[in-house]
Amino acid sequence: MYVAVKGGEAAIANAHRLLADRRRGDRSVPALRLDQIVEQLALGVDRVMSEGSLYDRELAALAVVQARGDMIEAIFLVRAYRTTLPRFGYTNPVDTGAMQVERRVSATYKDLPGGQVLGPTFDYTHRLLDPELAAGAGVETPAQRPVEAEAMPRVSAILAREGLIEADGDMPLDHVPGDITREPLQFPMARDIRLQALSRGDEGFLLALGYSTQRGYARNHPFVGEIRIGEVELELDVPELPFAVPLGSIRVTECQMVNQFKGSAKAPPQFTRGYGLVFGQSERKVMAMALCDRALRAGELGEDVVAAAQDEEFVISHSDNVQATGFVEHLKLPHYVDFQAELGLVRRMRAEYEARENEDKAAEEKREAAE
Amino acid sequence: MRGQEAREQAGRKALMATLAHAAADEIASLWNESGLPSEAEILRGPETGLVTVRGRIGGGGAPFNVGEATVTRATVRLPSGRVGHSYALGRDKDKAKLAAIADALWQDPAHRETVESKLIAPLRAALDAARETRRVETAATKVDFFTMVRGED
Repeated sequence: MYVAVKGGEAAIANAHRLLADRRRGDRSVPALRLDQIVEQLALGVDRVMSEGSLYDRELAALAVVQARGDMIEAIFLVRAYRTTLPRFGYTNPVDTGAMQVERRVSATYKDLPGGQVLGPTFDYTHRLLDPELAAGAGVETPAQRPVEAEAMPRVSAILAREGLIEADGDMPLDHVPGDITREPLQFPMARDIRLQALSRGDEGFLLALGYSTQRGYARNHPFVGEIRIGEVELELDVPELPFAVPLGSIRVTECQMVNQFKGSAKAPPQFTRGYGLVFGQSERKVMAMALCDRALRAGELGEDVVAAAQDEEFVISHSDNVQATGFVEHLKLPHYVDFQAELGLVRRMRAEYEARENEDKAAEEKREAAE
Repeated sequence: MRGQEAREQAGRKALMATLAHAAADEIASLWNESGLPSEAEILRGPETGLVTVRGRIGGGGAPFNVGEATVTRATVRLPSGRVGHSYALGRDKDKAKLAAIADALWQDPAHRETVESKLIAPLRAALDAARETRRVETAATKVDFFTMVRGED
């Protein structure tokens, strides 16, 4: 028998009204505009786009404000929104080699074509809070260096010339890229599907797993071959036009992780690779993604699977923070009937336990008396 | 003929790329100054949907799906019967409509020159200037390594 209990409509309505009030906060403080969030909390917006798996700055900014700055709630809002839109198709794969680079560093080659370009980085800052920023001090315009434009080939292409590094990851020619927004997850899964899951995966979770590989759980000797951030052009094939239609550009971060590999029964000694590509500017996320991609290739490379980061089902099943928060947070919803049933069960078990205890005690007293 | 057709397509694609990158209010204000007609029948949209962005494993390997992006598109027909299309990232429906009209007008020899000179050329100049600024600002953060010589030899 199922008995539905109703109630709480007024409480819920008032709770949401209270939420709207608290979200707005003190009315004497100006309300945030979305363009302020897009411009000044850009990396937060990027995280919402990357894990919300939807590239749209204004929508991500709206989500951040609506969620009062709760990033996972904002990501949830964006994921829910994207299910309301029709799908026009799959773009042609972006060419990160043709990126308009805003930052590019390599930890493996000092003098590489195009050079080390720091861009707008937190690296080398002293991580000291800046009271002048709090006081609203003005900001200098950036320095400029009018030099000839230089090509920036991907570092992997340079290493490939020596034949000591594996090629970019290939799939069989007839392989159609999997899409986790269309088909449920199935294990084992191909690398392309893993990469899609990792690209939208939770930054904190992937960071912790990537860190675990460095600390010795599935150690794989990583180097940052290259990180690049910048804009890439998008093109879409459509039936009404005889050419791929240009859509504009998006900012992405790419990481080529290079890993020393001593060889196995399946592959000779060489440098193997882990790959990361995410929406927006997010080095931490893309590095974590590349570390996890490499660790998850253990089976393919003939390595023993001994650590969490190498366990595909563990990593991919738990990397999605919208799924994770849904299941964890559902625990706070009413479980009154479940709990009543459990309460009855625990009461009965306790009564049986106490009855057994009393029997044992009585038997012991009897034995002592007999002695 | 083949070469001409290819040039024609390249020109149209370049127009669409410029419009896709440009902001709606820039297009609208240039349009007002250009004297271009904006009368058109809407055949489709403007409608917003998603495209799934693809990357390549390792940068150059097999394709994989990275995530989605919002795109708005429109199709229009001019009184002359010419049909124009537009696609661009984002959710701006006014921009989608104007860009589709621009595409249709561009295909008409009577309007192409005006579209190119009054609309596309200034938009492209602004985009190129913005890209160049970003490039030289980025270039200023390039590391110049130098070697410190220590000791006698």
